[in-house]
Amino acid sequence: MKNQYLYNYILGIADNSLILGQRMGELCGHGPSLETDIACTNISLDLFGQVRSYFQYASKIAGDGRTEDDIAMLRKEREYKNVLLAEQPNTNFAYTIGRQFLFDVYHLAFLKELQKSTDLTLAAIANKCVKEVSYHERFSSDWVKRLGDGTEQSRQKMQEAIDDLWTYTDELFHLTESDKEMVSQGIGVDATLLKDAYYNSVKELLEEATLHIPDSKYFQKGGKKGIHTEHLGYLLSDLQYMQRTYPNMEW
Amino acid sequence: MSEDQIKSLEKEFEARIARDEKIEPKDWMPEKYRETHIRQMSQHAHSEIVGMLPEGNWITRAPSLRRKVALLAKVQDEAGHGLYLYSATETLGASREELYDQLHTGKAKYSSIFNYPTLTWADMGAIGWLVDGAAIINQVPLCNTSYGPYARAMIRVCKEESFHQRQGFEIMLKLANGTEEQKEMAQDALNRWWWPSLMMLGPTDDKSVHTAQSMKWKLKRKTNDELRQQFIDQTVPQADLIGLTIPDPALKWNEERGSYDFGEIDWDEFWQVVKGHGPMNKERMKARVGAWERGEWVRDAAMAYAEKAQNRKEKQAV
Repeated sequence: MKNQYLYNYILGIADNSLILGQRMGELCGHGPSLETDIACTNISLDLFGQVRSYFQYASKIAGDGRTEDDIAMLRKEREYKNVLLAEQPNTNFAYTIGRQFLFDVYHLAFLKELQKSTDLTLAAIANKCVKEVSYHERFSSDWVKRLGDGTEQSRQKMQEAIDDLWTYTDELFHLTESDKEMVSQGIGVDATLLKDAYYNSVKELLEEATLHIPDSKYFQKGGKKGIHTEHLGYLLSDLQYMQRTYPNMEW
Repeated sequence: MSEDQIKSLEKEFEARIARDEKIEPKDWMPEKYRETHIRQMSQHAHSEIVGMLPEGNWITRAPSLRRKVALLAKVQDEAGHGLYLYSATETLGASREELYDQLHTGKAKYSSIFNYPTLTWADMGAIGWLVDGAAIINQVPLCNTSYGPYARAMIRVCKEESFHQRQGFEIMLKLANGTEEQKEMAQDALNRWWWPSLMMLGPTDDKSVHTAQSMKWKLKRKTNDELRQQFIDQTVPQADLIGLTIPDPALKWNEERGSYDFGEIDWDEFWQVVKGHGPMNKERMKARVGAWERGEWVRDAAMAYAEKAQNRKEKQAV
């Protein structure tokens, strides 16, 4: 493929939305209230909409007949390049919100930079996504505050979720080989430059939510290289079920 | 209020409905009218919410991104319908918590169709085509019902339902034009959903307890049997069009009536499911009650946070 780096780069971005969208979609009909149920489904819907834009573009770049669905549903476990954070399960609503919040703050900052990409398609997609993700970030931040500064029980649960998920935040700022290549061409975003601002705004909000900032110095990584947590395989079994069971059909 | 006064109010009330005027939340209304509307509107809201479960079951496994997005949007619409139907019911003085409690304790009913399992992807097509199709036939007349908030909610609900119905039919069409396996999947879904869909239009007229009063209040414009016939006459040609067979050997066009004759509905099955013993009644309630109980600490936190924020605001004002 002529544009292998660009292709990899797009998949790296899109897989985050794909896997997180799938996680949020699991909650549909099972939320703590009708309003939160609708909001979580809405976030899932936005993320899958983004995935379609990215994969349609990736399919054009690949130019080998693979469709958006082939790319989304017919890769092997090791070929998914989402960050580990995105695949963490919906242990309870605090984990759902914590995962969303820790991702949203990064995602929003990332998209704002991607709007400046010299690749006009990517810039246009980012331009559309940034509006949606601003809403996601407001929703998840508000809920971190509500749960953190709500009852004693909710504070404990929110704290536990943040403590557990914190270990996956550092990976957001790692650059793969394709990332580096795309940054050098002015197409990609240098995520390392987003790191300080990210931790500053996350910490500020956690403090406002009366939560402690985790002080662990140990972080997990691997998602961007396709080395995932054990959770991903099960998620993919659902995601890929129809395409694997009924290959080469149209739906 | 004297009995005569109430009688005269009731007379004026019925006259307003007969003149096609809308009854609004603050208007006087007979207690029976209020109760009947709370019952029907909340049942409707519950059906939307429980109805999210069988389709939600396929969101993570939808076969393509396009289908996944459409399904998510559809189930989200249903949550939205639930939300404004609960809100419309609240205008009659019944809180959402109260109504949920009735659902969770089995006191309130919801549409029995959702007590059947969704086993294959084709069930997403069959539900949209048949279940939403039958729902529309039930619901379109409600856009002109006498209670204003219900009528207005239904206008929006019906618009979205008709979109869902087309979407469901389109899923079936695609399967019916697909591979042998896909055709089988579509036919199997039609076989399983056909009879429960006919049951959705309610017991036969001679067994229906609410019809007369509901007709008067425009909660109903046609009887169950009329609606069922309308649904069958509308749906059979659609099945023909996509080459699927309605699973009823007695189904036959009746030239004289200008309608289809159809076979006997298994009313024992209908009552079994209504009474709580269908294939999925227990699971559906477990899912609803479970979500509600698991969410309690979340709702408590939101309340506590809102109170704290209010206190802070008041302190600042001082």
